Amino acid sequence: METLGAVLRIVAAKQTVPGALLPILHEIQEEFGYIPPESVPLIARELNLSRAEVHGVITYYHHFRQAPPGRHVVRVCCAEACQAVGGEALAEHARVRLEGSDLTLEPVYCLGLCAMGPALQIDERTLHAHVTPEKFDALIDALGADR
Amino acid sequence: MNIKVYVPGDAAALALGADAVAAAIATEASRRGIDLQLVRNGSRGMFWLEPLVEVSTPRGRIAYGPVAAPDVHGLFAAGCMGGGAHPLRLGVTEELPWLKRQQRLACRRIGVVDPRSLDDYLAHGGGEGLQRARGMAPAGIVRQVADSGLRGRGGAAFPTGIKWQTVLDTPATQKHIVCNADEGDSGTFSDRLLMEGDPFQLLEGMAIAGLAVGATRGYIYVRSEYPHAIAALNAALDGARDWLGDFRIEVRKGAGSYVCGEETALLESLEGRRGIVRAKPPLPAISGLFGQPTVINNVITFGSVPDILAQGAAAYRDLGSGRSRGTLPFQLAGNIRYGGLVEVPFGLRLRELLYGFGGGSRSGRPLRAVQVGGPLGAWLPASQFDTVLDYEAFAAIGAGLGHGGIVAFDDSVDMARQARYAMKFCAIESCGKCTPCRIGSTRGVEVIDRIRAGQTGQIGLLRSLCDTMTNGSLCAMGSMTPIPVLSALNHFPEDFV
Repeated sequence: METLGAVLRIVAAKQTVPGALLPILHEIQEEFGYIPPESVPLIARELNLSRAEVHGVITYYHHFRQAPPGRHVVRVCCAEACQAVGGEALAEHARVRLEGSDLTLEPVYCLGLCAMGPALQIDERTLHAHVTPEKFDALIDALGADR
Repeated sequence: MNIKVYVPGDAAALALGADAVAAAIATEASRRGIDLQLVRNGSRGMFWLEPLVEVSTPRGRIAYGPVAAPDVHGLFAAGCMGGGAHPLRLGVTEELPWLKRQQRLACRRIGVVDPRSLDDYLAHGGGEGLQRARGMAPAGIVRQVADSGLRGRGGAAFPTGIKWQTVLDTPATQKHIVCNADEGDSGTFSDRLLMEGDPFQLLEGMAIAGLAVGATRGYIYVRSEYPHAIAALNAALDGARDWLGDFRIEVRKGAGSYVCGEETALLESLEGRRGIVRAKPPLPAISGLFGQPTVINNVITFGSVPDILAQGAAAYRDLGSGRSRGTLPFQLAGNIRYGGLVEVPFGLRLRELLYGFGGGSRSGRPLRAVQVGGPLGAWLPASQFDTVLDYEAFAAIGAGLGHGGIVAFDDSVDMARQARYAMKFCAIESCGKCTPCRIGSTRGVEVIDRIRAGQTGQIGLLRSLCDTMTNGSLCAMGSMTPIPVLSALNHFPEDFV
């Protein structure tokens, strides 16, 4: 109930903005860390869309989540410029290291840090460059990862 | 005495520890009772020197770099706040050869000004283009842009003046200016550097476009992977409302879709839908955002406009080579020793960028393959490094400059693997609207997997598939994915056996 109340407030504040759906979804995800499935009918009703249309948008974009993420979200760049300097090995190292942990690992296709790869981003805030597997482990240790 | 110290707040510098350096400088200054003004500027684009700390002195700004937080105490002790000697001292920033050999127009103020200060922007020559445009007729503004020879810097290189003229000539109640800041190509970061380092210039370029075509609403669509750019633009907009007058700009955040860099997909996304490409015609210039005539241009395109208005079209047109006029901010990336932003007029050779500026590979091994123009760009072997950097010269070898991103790989690269990645990326990012792209990319991954497993007889099938994708896809995603695939296959056949 509390969730739906917050969703309704977000929708009401942005409803009249042209092309409001993406701004609304962003704000909901910033609030909850994901788009709660129960908010979909509500958004659809308020924006005069079908639930399928809202669901279609949420699932189309890689950025939107339908379930809560882990304690932190670690995005490792998997694009060409980082591949040129060991990005694939780092991504594989990250996969093994974070398997079964309470952190979420996601690939990202370019952070714009292309001359200092491999690069990664934590929680859409912190950026790190020249990330070796050793540096990765130190960053994860600093997050207090629960294995 | 008030000393101005610059520590970049650009995402690249932050990724290398600039915040810790800034904090250490503030702490050390207050401990020593030094009155110091800390400016978080953009990055000069010399990434191997970041965090690059600059100190203003009567002789000009003195650069130190790369500075780590533990270096700060020593820098103060050596008198560096007055420009003193130190092993990290690089000299007067503007005199550093890597910068001095460039001709920066669109990027002239990046790293120089305080990106949060409109006053600083105006004090460094910003705003002159807008002021001049305000005294001109719309058709006169469009003519200046057309005469400059400016072509779209997002990758398609379409003449900007023609696009603007079409919007000007199309009557409507509400036209729109849309900035495509969905800089998704790997190896590119010039849009990001401009948005973070000199955001007012982008706003100015969009406002000029508004005057030119009669639009009062603008949107900047920034990819969600660029939170720092979004913050910088919003901060700049807060301080720019009066300056922009009737022209209103809103920043919109993308949501992690590469294909939204395609203009019609971007418009769909702005309208609140899945970012699926539209069939053209109608062109966005006739029927774009919300069905209205829309100028949609890349960040660097808009960023080039203020200078063209301020200095006149001829000054811009006089630079460049062939039909590629003006400058392009190239971006040196990947396995490169001195990576970063190189804005030069068209006409240099690729080799000069890779070795003259880039210094060869970061690993020290020979450069074997270079991808120019993002994930949909061609792979060039060393035998093509002497290609002249202009749109037509690249088109002549089946390649493209795209958005100016250059990603270097050394001789450890497996080109069949890179060809597979091109198909894989297309499969991940395809919007799904047309079959050649949606299905072809997945089949492409499978065919390349079979070739890599030894079934070289499948190479003919791969070529046939690429032919279908090239000629049957709706947009550049599907039609250009074969470019990296086939260039890898044609130039590096030994990796496919």
